[in-house]
Amino acid sequence: MGVIWPDYSKPHPTSLLPDTIRGSAIIGALKSCGIEYVITVPDITTSEGLLRPIAAGTDFRHIKVCKEDEGVGICAGLAFCKKRAVLLIQNTGLLDSVNALRAIAAEYALPICMMVGLLGKEIGRAPRDSEDCGVRIVEPVLDALGIEHHLLETDEHVSLIRPAIENAYGRSKPVALLLGRRPRAS
Amino acid sequence: MMRRDLCLAELARYRTDQIVVATYHAAFDWIRLQPHSLNYLSIGAMGLASSHALGLALGRPDKQVIVLDGDGSLLMNLGSLVTIAEVAPRNLIHFVCVNGTYEANGGHPTPGSGKVNFAGLARDAGFPRVYEFSDLPAFSSRIERLLREDGPTFVALKVEPGEPSPRDYNFIHGAETRSGFFAALNESRQIAR
Repeated sequence: MGVIWPDYSKPHPTSLLPDTIRGSAIIGALKSCGIEYVITVPDITTSEGLLRPIAAGTDFRHIKVCKEDEGVGICAGLAFCKKRAVLLIQNTGLLDSVNALRAIAAEYALPICMMVGLLGKEIGRAPRDSEDCGVRIVEPVLDALGIEHHLLETDEHVSLIRPAIENAYGRSKPVALLLGRRPRAS
Repeated sequence: MMRRDLCLAELARYRTDQIVVATYHAAFDWIRLQPHSLNYLSIGAMGLASSHALGLALGRPDKQVIVLDGDGSLLMNLGSLVTIAEVAPRNLIHFVCVNGTYEANGGHPTPGSGKVNFAGLARDAGFPRVYEFSDLPAFSSRIERLLREDGPTFVALKVEPGEPSPRDYNFIHGAETRSGFFAALNESRQIAR
């Protein structure tokens, strides 16, 4: 019996509800805390609301990487130069980068700031309770690494971004901002 | 084939204020030959030297960034060749010491040992300047000019181990090593201004 996979390429109907988080608000929050570089691997959760406007805009230097752990190294190098960056990836990429995060973010205590789309997260269900293994294990993995994390799903949650990033750079520690909904492209 | 330590000693003759990002045995040889506060050694995860270097090259375009990589390490992060070629930092030069083995992990052969053409991979990834050396006099005669060229530059060095260097992992991964680098790098910014 084969597994029936959801069609992640289509917007989830509830992602279009008015209370969905606005991409422009997230971008504004990143600008407000001095982010200069956004390092990305495309993710369908953040594709339209974040990656496309970031790639098309001039607010940040956009660096495309082939694999997410490259981005961890790039963010580390930039941090030593007092340059702020965000790594925009998918939960699958975070899981693929665990060894880099273990060493560079956790053991070296460098301010690696991640914005992570949770592919397959169900609306109204906590990530830990997800039916999707890749979503369900993200927070426990981050907890095991000692990496602070916050879930962003509505415009109200945008206010968490700036203090989280300021705290990461101020105290030299990593942070993961988990996007449970597709940000609106507005 | 060149001895790696002799090869790096040639490079060290021309090191001034560059950032040098070094990994594994290239790092052990380098810190024996060229102890310096702008040596960046805490790569953390195997393969990521070139990625750390790209971050440094972007963050400090006023300084040349030299990567001393290994072939086993680079095989773990071949995509970084594509990323670096696309970003095209003029201040980055990526040396890879090719010996066909995982020297830090028992000397086992790498996949494709003796067959993989690292210079070809870099060229096809889009590096505008690519070199390969297997003869020390040829490398010695070219290194000074090579360091003056705009990057990104890729240099494959066909090497064999030379005089063994102490494997000081505690120094490489130590917090004091990183804080010393951070202080030196940002002090150099103040001087540059």
